[in-house]
This record gives sequence, structure tokens and C-alpha cells, in this order.
Amino acid sequence: MCLAIPSKIISIDNLMATVDVMGARRDVSLILLPEEADVGDYVLVHAGFALQKIDEETAQESLKLWREYAEFLEKEAMYEDT
Amino acid sequence: MQSKKIIDDFCHLIGKDINIMEVCGTHTVSIFKSGIKSILPNNLKLLSGPGCPVCVTSIEDIDKAIAYSMLDDAILTTFGDMMRVPGSDMSLYEAKAEGARIEIVYSPMECLKIAEKNKDKKVIFFSAGFETTAPLTAATLVEAETRGIDNLFVFSVHKLVPPALRLLLQSGEVRIDGFILPGHVSTIIGSKPYEFIPEEFSIPCCITGFGAEDILLGITMILKQIIDNKPTVDIQYKRSVKPEGNIKAIEFMNNTFSVCDSNWRGIGVLPQSGLKLNEKWAHRDSEKVFDIKVQSKPEPKGCQCGLILRGIKTPPECPLFAKFCTPEHPVGACMVSSEGSCSAYYKYRLQ
Ligand code: SF4
Repeated sequence: MCLAIPSKIISIDNLMATVDVMGARRDVSLILLPEEADVGDYVLVHAGFALQKIDEETAQESLKLWREYAEFLEKEAMYEDT
Repeated sequence: MQSKKIIDDFCHLIGKDINIMEVCGTHTVSIFKSGIKSILPNNLKLLSGPGCPVCVTSIEDIDKAIAYSMLDDAILTTFGDMMRVPGSDMSLYEAKAEGARIEIVYSPMECLKIAEKNKDKKVIFFSAGFETTAPLTAATLVEAETRGIDNLFVFSVHKLVPPALRLLLQSGEVRIDGFILPGHVSTIIGSKPYEFIPEEFSIPCCITGFGAEDILLGITMILKQIIDNKPTVDIQYKRSVKPEGNIKAIEFMNNTFSVCDSNWRGIGVLPQSGLKLNEKWAHRDSEKVFDIKVQSKPEPKGCQCGLILRGIKTPPECPLFAKFCTPEHPVGACMVSSEGSCSAYYKYRLQ
């Protein structure tokens, strides 16, 4: 539940941003972000809020982990549904 | 894996049993997924603590959430993770099947849209989670106030990580030689709130990322502290965690919530371990606005969640594990959440 996913900022409108999360577009709030962010920056997103700016290398690294993690949980969801 | 060699050497050097506890559901899953346990030396044991906010939500709070959803003119909104947690008689999922108005949200912000679309309804957000999620609810409430959305209320069952660790240590029920601390909770609160652990209990800590390499590195940092006899709060997950945390998020949290006693599933009421809306937000606090009383039943017979959450027992030691309690038919909360210890053990066993 406490997982934050790295996302890339596509556009910013005031305190809202559109981000790319593993290929999906999402609107997130920037209101909790402690520092300024620009288009192209990576941020950690948790439940619709950007919480922290991170560099690209870190973002790619944790995205890889995140994908594995998501796959792992999906397997579980599969036999939850059966 | 270079860290494996270092861990072997360090553990050999320490030469006695070492218990390291992780207190984050994401770590629990990652440890199982990567098979870390199988490569650790015999004298190093990893224990899972109360790291999953879904698992520690009390039966009474689930019952209350269901009662809210059944009020006339109400819509209960919740994170999807909470849907299958068993209450006294049913889960939110079962309540929804019986007609209760419950909507799953991905972000608390979605509650604003739901409230705007349903002006004649009272939208009650079941706000659960650790310090990672509380600021999001706070920001959503501020937004509701600014936009004049009056029909949004919050049922706060937030739990705080550091007080739970203090109580775990004070109880002395299980020996802990080091803590792997949660990465994302700490992104919000920073490292300071944990400083009492090395200072008062002389126990090493490391805030750790959730990849397998991160965790191994975190373990070496803890072992190093043991060897040097210099317990402190290290940050392995430097790329996301600052010692001071996320000041903005903390400010939102402090302006909206106050610390209160809180009922942890299987553990009981822990003093000053949860968050409720403060006086300023009384008009949005479901517990103050709606008059609801529930009569909750005790934890199902035989379920050992309480002992498992405190690291005293492991899931296979529960007589119900895998026989009567499975992810399909969970008896206790630790089997429901994908980040619960019982569920992680169950899946690991099947792999
Ligand atoms: S296996 Fe099921 S019954 Fe046993 S402790 Fe875990 S959740 Fe509770």
C-alpha cells in the first residue's frame, strides 16, 4: 500500500501534472512536492500525488523493480480470482 | 552478488544469532520474491513486523466502514486493498455485493469528483494507511474546502510506524537486533522520528529501498553498525529519502490530523499510534458527524495474526495456515493483503 511509482512529467498545469506511469497517462497533484518540478522530470507518485523528485537513473532502476513486483502480485491476484 | 559475501563475513564475525526485522509490506514481498532468505547465513534471521497497514486495520474499523456504507444517502470510498479484509460478519466486498454503496478509488482526490457528482449524498472516505497516505488525505480535504465541496467526510484509521516500533521494543517479546525501515513511509517522515531506536534501545536501523540488492545492502549496513557497536539510523535509500523527510507533506499532515490512540488488529490499542482529524476538521470527521455504534466480534478462533505481526510466530506456525486459511478464503487480515506475511508465505510455498 505504501508503494510509490516513478513517473515522468508530460505536462504541468498549475499544481496538477499529467504523468506517464509505465505507459499510462495519469493526472497527479503536485501540491505535496517539496521542490519545483518541470516537464521531463521524474517524480515518485503515490495514489495520485507526486511525493518526491528523483533522477532519471533512479527512476529507470526502480521502474524495473516495480514491473517485477507488479508481475509477482498479479500472479497472486490470478489465483485469488480462481 | 557482492553483498552476500559481505553479509556472510559480517555474520561470521558477529558469531551469534542475529534477528533483523522488516516493517514494510513491500519489503516482505520483495524478500520472498527474490528468495533472499535462502542465501542468508544460518545465524541471520529475517522477521516480518507490523508492516502492512491493511493487516493492522481492526475488525471494529472494518465494521464501522461497512456501517457508514449502509447509511441512507452515503457513499463509502476506499482503496481497493481494504475490500476483502474480514470484519465481524463480512468484508466491504461482501457488503457491496449485498447492495452497500461502496466505491473504490485509486487516489483520495477521486473522492472530490464523486462528491461533486453526488451532491445529494454524503461521501465518506475510509482513510487507511501509514504516514505515506495521510498527507494525501490532508491535501484532498484542503482542496474540498477551497472548492466548497461540503459533502466529503473522512473516516481516519491511519496508523503511525514509529510508535508501533517503540511498543514492540518495550514489550520485549521478541529480540530484535536491527530494523530494516520502510522506504516510502520514510520518504515522508524522514529519518528523525526513528532516532529513539538507536538512542534509547541501542538498536541499529537502516531505511532501505525495495529491490533485492537494496535490501541486501541495507542488511550489510545494519551488520556494520552491530560490529562497530555504533547504532544509528542509516539511509540506504538515499535517492528518495532525506533526513528531514518531505517537509510539505509533513506540514499538511500536521495541520489536518492529531495523534491519537489506535486499535491495531491482533495487537490491541497502542497509545499515540494513530491519526484522527483535528478540531479544525471536526465538520469533516465521520466519527463526529455520524452517530454509529458497532458491536464487533473478536478475532476468529485460532488466527495468529497478532503474534505474526509482532514477529513472535511465523505463518506456518498457525494451525489454520494453508489448511483453512488461504488467499481465496482468508481467515485473518495477514492472508488478505498481498503484502501480508501469511499471503507472502503462502505464495512462496507454492512456488
Ligand atoms: S494463516 Fe490465516 S488464520 Fe493463520 S495467522 Fe495468518 S491470516 Fe490468521
